[in-house]
Amino acid sequence: MVRFTFRNMVNTSPMDLNAATYINPFGETYTISRFKYYVSNIRLTGTSTTAIENESYHLVDESIPGSLSFSFETDENTFSGISFLLGVDSIRNVSGAQTGALDPLNDMFWTWNSGYIMAKMEGTSPLSNQAGKKIEYHIGGFSGVNNTLKTINLAFPAGKTLVINEGKTSNISLEADFNKWWQTPNDIKIVNLPVCTTPGALAKQVADNYSKMFTITDVVNN
Amino acid sequence: MKFKILISLFITLTGITILLDACKKADKTNGPAGFNPTYLKFIIPAGWPQPATDIFKDNPLTEEGFQLGRKLFYDGRLSKDGNFPCASCHQQFAAFATYDHQFSHGFDNALSVRNAPPIFNLAWMKEMHWDGGINHIEVQPLAPITNKIEMAETIDNVLKKLSIDSAYKRMFTAAFGDSMVNSQRMLKAISQFMGSIQSFNSKYDQVKRGAASFTVSEEMGYATFKAKCNTCHAEPLFTDNSFRNNGLTLDPFLLDKGRMRITNNTADSLKFKVPSLRNVAYTFPYMHDGRRFSLSQVVEHYRTGIAINQPTLDPLLKNRISITNQEKVDLVEFLRTLTDDVLLKDKRLGQPQ
Repeated sequence: MVRFTFRNMVNTSPMDLNAATYINPFGETYTISRFKYYVSNIRLTGTSTTAIENESYHLVDESIPGSLSFSFETDENTFSGISFLLGVDSIRNVSGAQTGALDPLNDMFWTWNSGYIMAKMEGTSPLSNQAGKKIEYHIGGFSGVNNTLKTINLAFPAGKTLVINEGKTSNISLEADFNKWWQTPNDIKIVNLPVCTTPGALAKQVADNYSKMFTITDVVNN
Repeated sequence: MKFKILISLFITLTGITILLDACKKADKTNGPAGFNPTYLKFIIPAGWPQPATDIFKDNPLTEEGFQLGRKLFYDGRLSKDGNFPCASCHQQFAAFATYDHQFSHGFDNALSVRNAPPIFNLAWMKEMHWDGGINHIEVQPLAPITNKIEMAETIDNVLKKLSIDSAYKRMFTAAFGDSMVNSQRMLKAISQFMGSIQSFNSKYDQVKRGAASFTVSEEMGYATFKAKCNTCHAEPLFTDNSFRNNGLTLDPFLLDKGRMRITNNTADSLKFKVPSLRNVAYTFPYMHDGRRFSLSQVVEHYRTGIAINQPTLDPLLKNRISITNQEKVDLVEFLRTLTDDVLLKDKRLGQPQ
């Protein structure tokens, strides 16, 4: 068994919903009220083998502690890295009513333009020109030039491997840094873009940025 | 009487030749003990193309699922205040469009912003809505249920209302094997009902089967139709399911750019889905915003009304369509032969008692 545990951060601080005020790389202050994203199609990669979690769709939601950690059975073997899709693969975007993590009840499905929101952040900023100073980034789009699906490939920290032993659970700890959403390669300034809630070029720009938000902080074998 | 015999013979023949995957799949399904739904065959009329995808592949069509979907379709509890079931805008006597309304009525005295399309032959429709924003029949109901100017409800609330109703518990159990009410089951059941609404018994269809004949005027109208209309309104569905700009000017209040809203592509500006012409005599007013009230006005639009200065205008319409007065009269006569009385009056598709 392998257990994944996500810790959502802003820069070097653990994310604090509705409380902390953050400053983005352009000096713009903001708060975060919602932060959630899909992790799917998880693969453990080794030198000679790849293990895939079947039917793996996980919605990591900062407001639901239980969603930050999940585990699944896998082959006993030694692995050197992982990959996963940040988002929901295109097939599931066009296959009708889904359930579990993909249930439209989770508020991650666009009803007027069928498709999943891959990652979502909502909050406020004095720089926003929207009612209630709201900022909203609902990032999705699964096809064409503005496809926001991102395959995340992560190596383990130097010298670490993941070893799965029978009857034991090994642990992978990851961090997701929201601060990465604003910059590199695309500058996303609140004053210019307080809201992005449709698929398109701007969503793609945000996704290009957030594809770099994950790091593996630790691997503990048991 | 003769008609009825012919129709039932026809249905039997096609029913035998066409078995959907739903039936094959059903044999392998091991539901809970006592779960024994009645599987239904979906008919693909003789000579029709196969649907691009099988909408019942992962949603085996059963009598129990159909009846549950039918109840949901007519149930006001799917809306916030109970007044707006699916059927409030999709009326059987209007081929499941809204009769005589440019815009439909929604929650809190709201008017819709597009003309309600009819519902039939959805198995052949790859994308739904005037802008094609919906990519699968099962997720379509989410749009009107949650739209603030339509049913204005949340899926969560709908499920709560359904969960405390003993009749629904019974019907979910009959359709799915246990009484769990969730969004996936609700959507699949509604899809079974919507997907079962078919139109292939109009006078036109009977003529094609050799069971009726056109009048002289209808025959002339059909000839005109084939010469001037059927590239976009392709038989037998009477649509090619494409998105086109048919030369309507942009409404300065609605500012509806159609397909471009979905694709963000300026080349799709003012393009809307080509609607089927089946039952067109009952689906007035016409066009995506219901701005044409009669078939005569629609023909007149193509003859003289097309705004030809638009960059995204369909190339087929750049010179408008040349139609004589006689052709116009005959064309409307032909369009009336696309009315399907079986669909309009089938009690099985009506409000459950």
